[in-house]
This record gives sequence, C-alpha cells and structure tokens, in this order.
Amino acid sequence: MNDLADIISQNEDQIRSEWIRDMGTSLRRTDLISSTELEEQSRAVLNAVVMGVRTSGTKDTSGKGWNPARELLQEVSASRARQGFSTTEVATFILSLKQPFFSAIRRHSKDQDKAFDTMWTATELLDRLALITTEAFISTREELISRQQQELMELSTPVVKLWDGILALPIIGTLDSARTQVVMESLLEAIVATNSRYAIIDITGVPTVDTLVAQHLLKTITAARLMGAECIISGVRPQIAQTIVHLGINLEDVITKAKLSDALALALQRSGRSVVRTSPENGAARGILSNREG
Amino acid sequence: MERIPVLRMGSLLLITIQVDMHDKLAMQLQDDVTQRISEWGSTGVLIDISSLEIVDSFIGRMLANIAAMSRVLGAETVVVGMQPAVAITLVELGMSLPGVRTALSVEAGMELLYGAVAGLQSGSQDEPTQV
Repeated sequence: MNDLADIISQNEDQIRSEWIRDMGTSLRRTDLISSTELEEQSRAVLNAVVMGVRTSGTKDTSGKGWNPARELLQEVSASRARQGFSTTEVATFILSLKQPFFSAIRRHSKDQDKAFDTMWTATELLDRLALITTEAFISTREELISRQQQELMELSTPVVKLWDGILALPIIGTLDSARTQVVMESLLEAIVATNSRYAIIDITGVPTVDTLVAQHLLKTITAARLMGAECIISGVRPQIAQTIVHLGINLEDVITKAKLSDALALALQRSGRSVVRTSPENGAARGILSNREG
Repeated sequence: MERIPVLRMGSLLLITIQVDMHDKLAMQLQDDVTQRISEWGSTGVLIDISSLEIVDSFIGRMLANIAAMSRVLGAETVVVGMQPAVAITLVELGMSLPGVRTALSVEAGMELLYGAVAGLQSGSQDEPTQV
C-alpha cells in the first residue's frame, strides 16, 4: 500500500503546483484569504499529508503519524470558520487534492488494476481528511454560536439600581427556563450586594406572557421574597393584561403596575420617601402658556 | 452535644444558624425555641440563616414549622439573610414558606419584628400584613 506514499513523495512538487492552480480557478476567495497565505497553507498541509502517509500509512488516519496533519487541518478549518468560509469551500480545499493525486497515479502506474487500487486508497484517504476538516469547521462554528448565545444572555439581563434600596430589572425578549435561571440569579445577587428592599421587574420588552413565562416570573418573585425583598412587576401592556386574565394566571399576590414610573413611585412611597418639585419653573411656564392661550 | 444557641434579646429570641443543619439539630432547635418562648414569654423570633449554604426540603419545612409553632405561642418569626442559592433551591423545591416573614438583614428583621409586636400590642385584631 505504500505505492501511494512513493508516488506522492516523488511528485510532491508537481502535485502541489497543480493543486494550487486548480484551487485558483475553483475556490479561491481573494476577499477572505490572500493567495500567499493560501499557498503557504497548501504547502504545509501537503507536507503533513506526505509525512502521515510515510509514517503511518494510508489506512489509519487516527494513527500517531497523522497527528501533525490532523492538527494542521483542524487549525486551518477553524481559522476558515472564523473568516466566514462556507462548508463547501472548506471541504473542497482538501477534496480538490484528488485531481492532482489521480493524475500523478496515472502517470506512474503501468498496470491498470494496480492503478485502480492506488486510486481507491487515495480517494479513501482524502475523504477521511475532508471529514476531519468539516468536523473541525462545524465544531468551531458551534463554539462560536454558543459563545454568542452566552453573551446575548448576559447582555440581556442587566440589573440597575434606581434608588438607594430600589433595583430595576428590565427584561427584553422571551423568558425561557435557562434565561429565568440567569435572571433570577443576577437579581438575587444584586439584592444581596446592594441590600435592596424593593425590586422592580419591568416586562415591557417581553413580547408575550404565557403560563410558562408567568410561572417563571412568580418563581423569581418568590425567591426574592424569601430573601426579604419585595418585587413589583411593571410594564404590563394592555394586551398582556388581557392575556393574563384570559389564561387565568393568578397574579393576585404580586403588585403589578402599568409603567415603570408607577412602580418606582410605589417603591419610593413604601420606603418612606416622596418626590417634591423644588423649582416652579415648569409650572410657571405652563401657567404663562395657558394664560396666553386663554 | 452540638446545639444551636437561642439567645434572648429583650422580648425577642435571636437564633443564628452557622453550622450545616442536619435533621437531629433541626428537631432540637424546634424543641428549644418552643421551650424558650413559653419560658421567657418572647414575642418575636429572629432566625439568621446568612451562613446557611445548603438546604433541603426538611430544613425548609423546619423553618415553616418553627414559624407556625411560634405563632401558636404568640410570637412572630422573621427569617433573615437568606442566600440567593438557598432561595432558588427552596423555590425549585416548591417551598415558598408562605407563613414566614423575611428580611434582608438582621437590622431590617428587628425593625419588622418590633413593628409587628407594636402592632399586636396596640390591640389591633388584624394580622399585620407584610408591606
């Protein structure tokens, strides 16, 4: 089976130049990768493949001799995933080695049967390498997605301090179980950290409230109550109020307000504070306006 | 034997749980609290669980039980300083401790208790509701 190894190593230069030339026509993305970089990568990959074939043979690409080739391919496809290549482009990078391989085999084999055998070995090998590449590509993409999800989750649950002892938690987007967990944790941590007696949960940004979302909200409120803080729900839109009543969700033990300002006013009042206008300017201006109008 | 101390502060009882609760300790605490309330005529019980990091349903029920028992004996109970993780665990266990008052700190708990006791002593028949 080492025919293939011999053929590849004897024709290394020719295979490389053919490969790079073919790539140039079929899948060169000059907008994403420079041609010198591509050539360098191809050179490195081909060298690693030759080394793998020489040391561990073509059958077992999980063998020790294939380690450098595998690592290199994973690295290349991971970087391509980040650069924005498509799956086809990444897989074709390896699969386009077939043509140069086959022509080298054809040139060297006198015996037709033997040539077929060698070609089959080469096909199998390249397919396996292509699979490694695609797998690495996809896992990099998945990592990217899960990291973005995580970031989105962290971004979308800020806890802000409105006043001494009053927190607000504006929720944007639908509440599912995973998010409720994050919301609950960050709210409770903030309650402890700021020693806040009141927490306002603003659901203006929650598109729909169904029984599940309501249950998640109630859980958060109960947990806050257990710690000694009181929750006020604000930002209940008219449609949502209707939905809540139609669904028969029991929010009677919870204080709900239409607007965040109403909730803040209530929290201020409950904590023994009041807001007083110190400058009569606005009132005076309105007085002048109304006088003029009158 | 290991035992959770029950301290007397005027008309209140102060209990600070600083060790991991196990069932025997919890039963002992229930005995002690009821004993002390009737002995000293306490009108309020303050349980500080800020050092408690692990709860199970038994501990949750014990807290609810102590509150209920104290109420029968004429004392109000406030649980203070519950950790976020503990609160989440209790909620996930389905224990919202409906009859138990809660506060963020010992200070706030004291205030709540004095307020509640004053409300009781001023002769109002209504159970003072938590605000």
